[in-house]
Amino acid sequence: MYRYDEFDRTLVDERVEQFRRQVEARLSGDLDEDRFKPLRLMNGLYLQLHAYMLRVNVPYGCMSSVQLRRLAHIARTYDKGFGHFTTRQNIQYNWIKLEETPDILAELAAVEMNAMQSSGNCVRNITADHYAGCAQDEIQDPRVWCEILRQYSILNPEFSYLPRKFKLAVTGAPRDRAAVAVHDIGLRMHLNDAGEPGFEVIVGGGQGRTPVVGKTIREWIEPEHIVSYVEAILRIYNMYGRRDNMYKARIKILVNALGIDKYRELVEAEWNEIREGVLKIDPAEAERIDAYFQPPAYEHMENLHAELEALRSADDAFDAWMRSNVVAHKVAGYSIVNISLKAPGKIPGDLSAAKMDAVADLADEHSFGELRVSHRQNLVFTDVRQGDLHTLWQQLCELELATPNIGLASDIIACPGLDYCALANARSIPIAQDIGQYFSGSLKLQQVGDLTINVSGCMNACGHHHVGNIGILGVDKRGKEFFQLTLGGSSDEHASLGDRVGPGLPQAEVPAAIERIVDTYLELREADERFLDTYRRVGMDPFRAVVYDDDTTDKEAA
Amino acid sequence: MAQMLIANRLGDGLVVFRAADGGWVESINAGLVIEDADEAERLLEQSRVDERDNKVIDPNLIAVTDEAGGLRPVSIREAIRAAGPTIAVDIT
Repeated sequence: MYRYDEFDRTLVDERVEQFRRQVEARLSGDLDEDRFKPLRLMNGLYLQLHAYMLRVNVPYGCMSSVQLRRLAHIARTYDKGFGHFTTRQNIQYNWIKLEETPDILAELAAVEMNAMQSSGNCVRNITADHYAGCAQDEIQDPRVWCEILRQYSILNPEFSYLPRKFKLAVTGAPRDRAAVAVHDIGLRMHLNDAGEPGFEVIVGGGQGRTPVVGKTIREWIEPEHIVSYVEAILRIYNMYGRRDNMYKARIKILVNALGIDKYRELVEAEWNEIREGVLKIDPAEAERIDAYFQPPAYEHMENLHAELEALRSADDAFDAWMRSNVVAHKVAGYSIVNISLKAPGKIPGDLSAAKMDAVADLADEHSFGELRVSHRQNLVFTDVRQGDLHTLWQQLCELELATPNIGLASDIIACPGLDYCALANARSIPIAQDIGQYFSGSLKLQQVGDLTINVSGCMNACGHHHVGNIGILGVDKRGKEFFQLTLGGSSDEHASLGDRVGPGLPQAEVPAAIERIVDTYLELREADERFLDTYRRVGMDPFRAVVYDDDTTDKEAA
Repeated sequence: MAQMLIANRLGDGLVVFRAADGGWVESINAGLVIEDADEAERLLEQSRVDERDNKVIDPNLIAVTDEAGGLRPVSIREAIRAAGPTIAVDIT
């Protein structure tokens, strides 16, 4: 993985000391809140319902065991002993003290981490396929380009005050595990007709109150031009994006207003001015960065089909975990292991300091001391010897981190919702816990198969409800929480936005409504159709009918 | 309608309530309940002085009710803000 060089180290250390002085100025009264707020946000510090919240970057979801132990230490020393992994592959802490934040940032800097630009109207943490470098279907490891884009965008003065926040996602594989189509810019690697790898550039996607599936602005671009092309897109957005209304300020609004053809014309004209300039990536520089992402020292092994089959036959629980949480690796003899942070009744994405330490130890033992955070709020060991799988499963079982539900109905994305968030209208976590409990019997879970359920506590959509196969949006109606359901959303390579079922339901009604939707799917599905396939085939009507079939349902007033 | 003044303390961000002596306390039940609307506005203005003096952030009036279990904000948002998350936070 990437390691800081002297420039990174100096920049991050100086930034910590700069923020220390800014905090001192705030506490002494030299800075008032209006002037301090943009400074703290640029350093990842929000003020939420109960306290300050600090969001720490995990660049494209990659971290080392050393870094995870430091995150555990911060949780234990400066917070209430746990952290929350987010849909931007970051971690956030809920009870941070302003006075202690500079010390926390210094502790992070010591392990090459930071919180810069994890908030604010700037380029946020770049997200990526959490199987990057290991996926069987991958064309090229996208982390090299993520890192180049990270270095380019961090503290870039031209783009430090954009009209609104700006999110990039990158995948090096045709199977989109990074939700690139619902980002301000999505980069999807594919081969051109000559068989050369390059990126499809998707622009103007996003969720929030105006969900949009992004549009392709360029079918294919050589990776060496990716920074200059992103710069051209950002420049046009920075120049023409609205600043008079924050709800109309994202790039998706501009792309929609101009039309993709006009936006493309402006970007291409800008790009033609700069494409051969300093932003064209020098092959030597790409090679230098690429060296950080060389594969670990894999042993030459064969896949262990027979041995694993015997273990699976002997133990249904191990078999279920293998089926849902373990993914084929591009190197024979190794597997990718997903660590579920969605045990029944648990809070999606939350992990205690003690378990962070335990996971760090397991990463050292089984996965070359590295791990990933997925945008679905789970952790991933990318490089596990197949001979270690059964032992690792037993170790994860002891930690309650082996729930066999990756990609299944109880693998729920949930934002912090009204339990923590100052913007939220309704609570997301209790809904996720209720649904998780409902699917806790693994038989039903496995029977239903692939199904994403995403919960957001407000229309800002941090819980990605628009792209959940079943989306749940919390709304406030005259002081009461209601939950609107959407069906048919997807964030994969065939991305789609969910369709609203109808008026919202009270919290107590939601699990039963989900149950009826799922049972209807089981009745209607043909062959091996996933929920999404069935929905796309039969449409909304049969599902809508069962959601509202109970006359006693206390629906949100239309 | 009974009201209270709520804010976040600058240094640690914790939720605090204005008390009868003009200080800020963490327990809602130690806070001052204001019955008179004019008095509430007057105390809100005073609280803004505390904001300018860098003691608290964003003081606001909230409606409260006095129930068997103690004082409770009327809106669910402020009730959660006052009492903490409704889900267990002793993450193990």
